[in-house]
Amino acid sequence: MKRYDLIVIGAGPAGLSAAIEAAKRGAGVVVFDENARPGGQLFKQIHKFFGSKEHRAKIRGIRIGRQLLEEADQAGVQVVLNATVMGIYQDKEVLVRIGDGVEHVKGDAIIVATGAAENMVPFKGWTLPGVIGAGAAQTMMNLHGVRPGQKILMLGSGNVGLVVSFQLLQAGCDVAALVDAAPQIGGYGVHASKVARCGIPFYLPYTIKEAEGTDHVTGVTIAKVGPGFELIPGTEKHFDVDTICIAVGLSPMSQLMKMAGCRMVDDPRKGGQVPVTDAHGQTSIPGIFAAGDVSGIEEASSAMIEGRQAGIYAAAYLGYEEEQQMDAEETQLDQMLDGLRQGMFAPGRKGKKIEKTDEGIAISQNLLTRGFVADDEIERFPGVTKKAAVHPVIECTQNIPCNPCQDACSQGCIRIGSQITALPAVEESSKCINCGLCVANCPGQAIFLVDESAQGGAEITIPYEFLPVPKEGDQGTALSRSGQPVCEASVVRVRSSKAFDGTHLVTIKVPAEYSMKARFFRPAGRS
Amino acid sequence: MAKITDRSRDIGEFVPRPDDGMIICRCEEVTKGEIRRAVHDGMWTMAEIRRYLRCTMGLCQGQTCSKLVKGIVASELGVPGSELEPATSRSPMRPVEMRVFANEVEAK
Amino acid sequence: MESRIAEHPVLGTYEKGKLVTFTHDGKKLQGYEGEPIAAALKAAGVQIHRYTQKRHSPRGIFCAIGRCTDCVMVVDGVPNVRTCMTPLREGMTVNTQYGTTDVPFEKQQGGERV
Repeated sequence: MKRYDLIVIGAGPAGLSAAIEAAKRGAGVVVFDENARPGGQLFKQIHKFFGSKEHRAKIRGIRIGRQLLEEADQAGVQVVLNATVMGIYQDKEVLVRIGDGVEHVKGDAIIVATGAAENMVPFKGWTLPGVIGAGAAQTMMNLHGVRPGQKILMLGSGNVGLVVSFQLLQAGCDVAALVDAAPQIGGYGVHASKVARCGIPFYLPYTIKEAEGTDHVTGVTIAKVGPGFELIPGTEKHFDVDTICIAVGLSPMSQLMKMAGCRMVDDPRKGGQVPVTDAHGQTSIPGIFAAGDVSGIEEASSAMIEGRQAGIYAAAYLGYEEEQQMDAEETQLDQMLDGLRQGMFAPGRKGKKIEKTDEGIAISQNLLTRGFVADDEIERFPGVTKKAAVHPVIECTQNIPCNPCQDACSQGCIRIGSQITALPAVEESSKCINCGLCVANCPGQAIFLVDESAQGGAEITIPYEFLPVPKEGDQGTALSRSGQPVCEASVVRVRSSKAFDGTHLVTIKVPAEYSMKARFFRPAGRS
Repeated sequence: MAKITDRSRDIGEFVPRPDDGMIICRCEEVTKGEIRRAVHDGMWTMAEIRRYLRCTMGLCQGQTCSKLVKGIVASELGVPGSELEPATSRSPMRPVEMRVFANEVEAK
Repeated sequence: MESRIAEHPVLGTYEKGKLVTFTHDGKKLQGYEGEPIAAALKAAGVQIHRYTQKRHSPRGIFCAIGRCTDCVMVVDGVPNVRTCMTPLREGMTVNTQYGTTDVPFEKQQGGERV
C-alpha cells in the first residue's frame, strides 16, 4: 500500500496552505481533491479580499488561488485532481477514487480540509429548475461564463448573498430583490452598500412564500415574517423572476472525520457538526487534523491561516519540525487569525444586535435593514469629512478587520491604527494627491474622492467594476447610496491601471449640492 | 441526551400542518409531513428516520437535506437540533458505480 | 438575453475549448468542449434535466458542484450522470432522465405515478 507522510483532503485555501507549509518543512505531501480544478471556491471569488497585507487583503480570490497553486508547485506538493476520498479507516487508511478505480493509501498524518456545503431552506416550489444555490450561481457565471438566469431574486443577506448579488450584476443579470428572514443584514455593510447603490431593494424580514412555475421558475412570492418566523398574511409581494438564488449559510462538510472516529460536537456557532480540536487543529485522533470551514465556518482568509497552522503542526507531528520553532510560528499565525476574528462580525457576535461602533458612534440603522447609510447618518463617521480640495470620503461605518486603505495612501491621509477593525479616519491636515489608490484598493468599494472646489460643480471619483466602462464625456445619471437618481452627471475622467486591479476609477461631475449624495453612475440609455 | 432517549416521554399527537406536503429530501422525495409523522410513529433518531423513510439515503447521501431533516425531527421532539445525534457516516462519501467501487487498483 | 457572458468586467473573456456538437433528446446542440454538460445546456436554454421517480416533477441545476445530484441525466446511455461535473465531448448523447432511464414515463412499464 502506498504510504505518504501527509495526506491532505481538499485543495481549497485551507488544504493548499496546509500542504505548502508541511512540504516546505520536508514532508512528502499529497493533496486529493474531487474537483477537476484545484483552489476550492477561490476561483469563483472574484472580489478583493478583506484583512490586512499579511492576510493578502485587496487581492482578488482568483489571484490568491493562483498564488497558492504556484507556491504548492514550488514546495513540491503533489495535487491529485478528480480524486474523491471515499472514506478514512483505522490507522489512517484512506480510500480514494481516481478515475475508474479505487486506491487504498496510507498517511502518517491526515489533514482534512473538505470545506463546507451550502445550507438550503425549503419552500413551496423549491425543487423547480431555476431555484439554485448561491454557489451554483457563482460557479456558472464565474467559472463557466454562463449566466445562471436573467432576472434573479436572492434569499440571504450574509456576505455570500451580498457578494454573489453584486457578482450577478457584474455578469449582466438583473437582481430583482435581496430578501432575508432576519431583521437585519447579516453580512458587511460595505458589501450591502455596493448592491444597494445599484438600486437593488432589500426586503427584511421577509422570506420566500412560494416559487411559481410548472416546468421552471417563472416568478416568486415573498412575505414578511413575524417574530416566530411565521408568514404574515397580507404582506405578500410578487416578482417576475426566472431564478431564485439561495444563500442561507454553510455547514462544515465533516462526515469524513465522523467516519474516521474523531470526536465530534454540534456547535451552532461553527455552523454544525465539527470535530473537537486542540489549538493546532488536531482532532481526538492523533495525527488527524482539520483546517478551514470543515472545522467551523469562516472566511477564506482565516481558512488559509488555519491551513498553515495545521500544516506546520502536522510537520512537527511527523518529526520534520522542532517543537520550539513550531511554537514561535504558531504564535505569529495565532495573532494573524485573531486579527481577522475581531470586530462586529467576529465569531460569537454573529446575529447580536450592536448599537454602537467601538468608537462609540451609533451604527447606521438604515445600513442594517436597507443596505445603505442614509444622508443624515453618514456625516457622523470619521472617514467622512469636508474640505475645500480633493479628499477621500470613506463610507466604512462598521468595525470590520480590514485596512488596505491605510496602506494605500502614501500621504498619510487615512488612519486606522494598529487595531485593524477601527473605523478609518481621514486626517484633515494631510494633503490628498488624488492618486485614487485608496478607492481602488478598498475591498468594500466604500471610498470616494470628492472635490467640491472643482470648477462648475463637484467631482466625485467612484470605483466601477461593470461593463461597458464609461468614457470621458459620457452623460448619465448620478445615483444615491440607495440607487435612486439624484441628478444628471457627466464623466470627466476615467482611470484604469494595473495597480487598480480591474477596478476603474470613474470621475463624474455633478452640481456641488450633490457632492455628498451622488455615489454611483448610470450611463444614459440604461435602466 | 436523556431527554431524547426517554421513550416514555409524551410528545403529543401528530397535528397536520399546511406545509406537510413540502418536499424535504429532494432525492427520495420525502415530505415534511412524512418526517413529522414518522417521529410520532416512534422514529426518534436520525438513523431510525432514514431507515424508515429513506430520506438522506438517496443519490446525494443527505448533502442537501440532512440538516433540514434533523431540524424537523428535533422540533417535533421539542429538543434543540444540536442534541440530536447525526446519522452514521459511511463510505462511500460520494455516489460511485459498483464497478468502480469494486475495481481496486494499486497506487502508483 | 444571451446566457453566455461575452466579456466580464473582472474576468475578461473565458477560456473555452473548441465548439462541439452534441445531441439533447435527439436534437443537435452546440457547446464548448470540456465545459460541464450542464453549462452547455444552460447556455442552450435547457432547464429541465430530469423528472423524478415518484412525483415525476422536473429538476435542473441546483448546486452545480456535484453534491446535490439533482442535475443527473442519461449521458451516452449511462443514467445518473452528474452533468454539472461531466465535461462535454463531441458527439455526446445527453438525454432527459425519467426516474432512472431516458424512457419517458408513459412508455415505461409499471412507471405509473405513485
